Amino acid sequence: MKTVPFDEALTRYEPVIGLEVHVELGTQSKMFCSCSTNFGAAPNTQVCPVCLALPGAMPVANRAAIESIIRIGLALNCSIAEWCRMARKNYFYPDMPKDYQISQYDEPICTDGYLDVTVDGKVIRVEIERVHMEEDTGKLTHSGGATGRIHGADYSVVDYNRAGIPLVEIVTKTVVGTGALAPAVARTYVAELRDLMRALGVSDVKMEEGSLRCDANLSLNRPGDPWGTRTETKNVNSLRSVERAVRFEIERQAAVLDDGGRVHQETRHFQEGDGTTAPGRSKEQAEDYRYFPEPDLVPIAPSREWVEKLRLTLPELPSVRRARLAEAWAIGEFEMATLVNAGILDIVEETVAAGVAPDAARKWWSGEFTRAASERGVEPADLPVTSADIARVEELIASGALNDKLARQVFEAVLAGEGSPDEVVAARGLAVVSDDGPLLEAIDAALAEQPDVAEKIRSGKLQAAGAIVGAVMKTTRGQADAGRVRELLLERLGVEG
Amino acid sequence: MSLIRDNASVLASAIAEGEVSSEEVTRAHLDRIAAVDERVHAFLHVDSDGAIAAAKRVDAKRAAGEKLGPLAGVPLALKDVLAMKGQPTTAGSKILEGWIPPYDAAVVERLRAADIIILGKTNMDEFAMGSSTEHSAYGPTHNPWDLDRIPGGSGGGSAAALAAFEAPLAIGTDTGGSIRQPAAVTATVGVKPTYGAVPRYGLIALASSLDQVGPCARNVLDTALLHAAIAGHDARDSTSINAPVPDVVAAALNADVRGMKVGLVRELSGAGYQAGVQQRFDEAVAILTELGAEVIEVSCPHFEYALAAYYLILPSECSSNLARFDGMRYGLRVGDDGSRSVEEVMALTREAGFGPEVKRRIMIGTYALSSGYYDAYYGQAQKVRTLITRDFTEAFEKVDVLISPTAPTTAFKIGEKVDDPVAMYLNDIATIPVNLAGNCAMSLPIGLAPEDGLPVGLQIMAPPMGDDRLYRAGAAVEAALVDRWGHLLIEEAPAL
Repeated sequence: MKTVPFDEALTRYEPVIGLEVHVELGTQSKMFCSCSTNFGAAPNTQVCPVCLALPGAMPVANRAAIESIIRIGLALNCSIAEWCRMARKNYFYPDMPKDYQISQYDEPICTDGYLDVTVDGKVIRVEIERVHMEEDTGKLTHSGGATGRIHGADYSVVDYNRAGIPLVEIVTKTVVGTGALAPAVARTYVAELRDLMRALGVSDVKMEEGSLRCDANLSLNRPGDPWGTRTETKNVNSLRSVERAVRFEIERQAAVLDDGGRVHQETRHFQEGDGTTAPGRSKEQAEDYRYFPEPDLVPIAPSREWVEKLRLTLPELPSVRRARLAEAWAIGEFEMATLVNAGILDIVEETVAAGVAPDAARKWWSGEFTRAASERGVEPADLPVTSADIARVEELIASGALNDKLARQVFEAVLAGEGSPDEVVAARGLAVVSDDGPLLEAIDAALAEQPDVAEKIRSGKLQAAGAIVGAVMKTTRGQADAGRVRELLLERLGVEG
Repeated sequence: MSLIRDNASVLASAIAEGEVSSEEVTRAHLDRIAAVDERVHAFLHVDSDGAIAAAKRVDAKRAAGEKLGPLAGVPLALKDVLAMKGQPTTAGSKILEGWIPPYDAAVVERLRAADIIILGKTNMDEFAMGSSTEHSAYGPTHNPWDLDRIPGGSGGGSAAALAAFEAPLAIGTDTGGSIRQPAAVTATVGVKPTYGAVPRYGLIALASSLDQVGPCARNVLDTALLHAAIAGHDARDSTSINAPVPDVVAAALNADVRGMKVGLVRELSGAGYQAGVQQRFDEAVAILTELGAEVIEVSCPHFEYALAAYYLILPSECSSNLARFDGMRYGLRVGDDGSRSVEEVMALTREAGFGPEVKRRIMIGTYALSSGYYDAYYGQAQKVRTLITRDFTEAFEKVDVLISPTAPTTAFKIGEKVDDPVAMYLNDIATIPVNLAGNCAMSLPIGLAPEDGLPVGLQIMAPPMGDDRLYRAGAAVEAALVDRWGHLLIEEAPAL
């Protein structure tokens, strides 16, 4: 596929982006029935007459889902409709049991909001057109065939566990004037939304499990010209992919336009492997979804009192919180982004609240525990170690009872289920040797083994002391306080420290 | 007593008193079905074993001294559009042939809870689309008054089962008249309750905003008892009304219309109504006046657009409601030989599984909802619906109930209108406005048309949640007629 280098493309064209993000809500039950929404259950075990669309079954809206979408709308500064209806979107597809999706059409529950994102120190306001409620489809798996799609497959199987899970669609207005920042704006917007959903507690927003999905719309136009024809790129399953997909479409569409060609209005699929986009199945004619108000459901008419009550439950916005914590912990934007991307901001904050110094809390969580979590394939916060454990270990370090190396051993044991830090210290005998007697013995032995080093130190080359201290630490299996060993060594040799 | 001719309330008290067992009553009806249903074809499926087992449970309860409900042990015919666990449920369509529901409709649960014995599933126009039961994929039902004639539709099976004394109680559904018009042409009683009064959960939807489940019987009191057994809120139907059910049984027992204001709808009589229908209707008006009601004429000017609006709204909703019959999860599947795409299998299944009237309405509805046509058809029809509702509201500011003939003609011959959809649709001209507005209405027999000796029905209409008014007025008219004739009109039906 022909492309134009990104920077060059931007010398001739202005990108216009638009993003549609689907968020699966983390409600206990589905949107229109009481089936569980747990991820990963055996296929077709979380189904009932309603979500299988058996003849006669009827939907009933999930109040918790309506509550969640109103909170999302409020957090995105939207107006909340006083009265709106669900609508049927009609089309035949085997992953959709009713052959229509219950969604919203011209009466979305939330409209006209915005979300500010910061890219390269610049605040960009992304305007939100609408936030509406709908239900997810089942999941098709195609076997055989080259494309992994339904056409050409030998057979396909469908799992309706996902059918009817509440889905919120957040649609931006077109975002113009971002120029070369367009890919980063797209990525940052999705990241910001993800953090917002997490802060609201409405979804686990795991892109890899599909609980947050993004479609990226992009068009190019020459400066001063009307907007160009847009493409919609689907299958964008990570933050990195959002950025790459927008970037690639800029490079591809620029090449098409440079050649005097026309960009086709189409759906494209992002290819994780090479970072390109490929056209989806072209539709012979435009889909006509024949939307009409869902007659099986009563209108949604949230009272103003309810909306205001929900407004009071809004958490601090992620951007505000990040700024507050960065200041309190004296860290920069980059360090903060590292914590956010690793998904450990909450747990670090909790650890600091337990009395641990911010630097230490960050160090343990982004180092030791992130590594342990990735080895075990769990989230850091789900490790069997508590903020209280970390606070206790830090206390032991501060009192000199543990050093850094021993502390790591303590945590290894805690993670292995050997008990609390105090229990591990007692059981393994992990304590800094604080009795000078054994230390002096070890120092004398080391000096006897390395007389040349002893001579150097005596002659004032203090940096040579490290070799003796190292040897002592080795013989005491790390349980000595290196500072104390150095003091004793210099004393022994009659040298001023 | 006659186990098959007596009314439900009489049978229920006989069972409660131990004069007869529910099993005996049930077996008598199963025998009657075996004797006459070959000619009537009211039933698509008879659940003899289930019915007898249920009857035995009622008898055991009685023997154990448990308190029984007012209709306990009495048999009932269930329209085949309601899901019943473990029993075939086809909605009169080939596309659902062989499907066995794994769950009970809300109404079926209530019937079971009331210890009513479900004899089986009754015939109907496919997916309740029709006014004659000729559109059933399983062959027409015959009117017990004249086996060459239609029993009305779509619930012709339920009405015929009552008129043929195959069951003393029946459940119907009414989207545009499917309870009332069959009641009218078979000399039985049928009520379309207020929209939302009876839960629809488990009712195979035709048009969700119009469909309503309702009670059918041979007299007003039995209908009221059945109404009370099935009405009331159910959380599984979000359109179900969460408010106390009007006391319809008390109303049926209080057959007094003195001081009641009755509105005669000018637009629902006269031209287009069969002479004998009009004559009996005029007599019913006279009876109401004699009984002390004040009858005045009222105008509902937008009713003339009701049929047109209905035939846009109903097909639009049904085109979507019937989409799920795609051969993927249940029922018929055609063309799945490994060589065809999923779309082809869906299309072949629907081509083979749906009858011509169903296809006609799906196509009309698909068209009416299409982009570019929506405003002119569906949108405009909804505006007409609002105007019709307003007509009713204004009329009910002046009167307590409205009346009209239920259907413009008596039962027509099988085959007479089946090829003329519009002539068929006109049968529901008087019943449709009620569905569009969500009101309630009753049809009850008021005599035989002199020219053909066939039953004529009176329609009584009341505002939403005014269902009790139907029973009060209906019981008064019924009592006056029984006084005059010495029996219910149904007793004059020819022997089968």
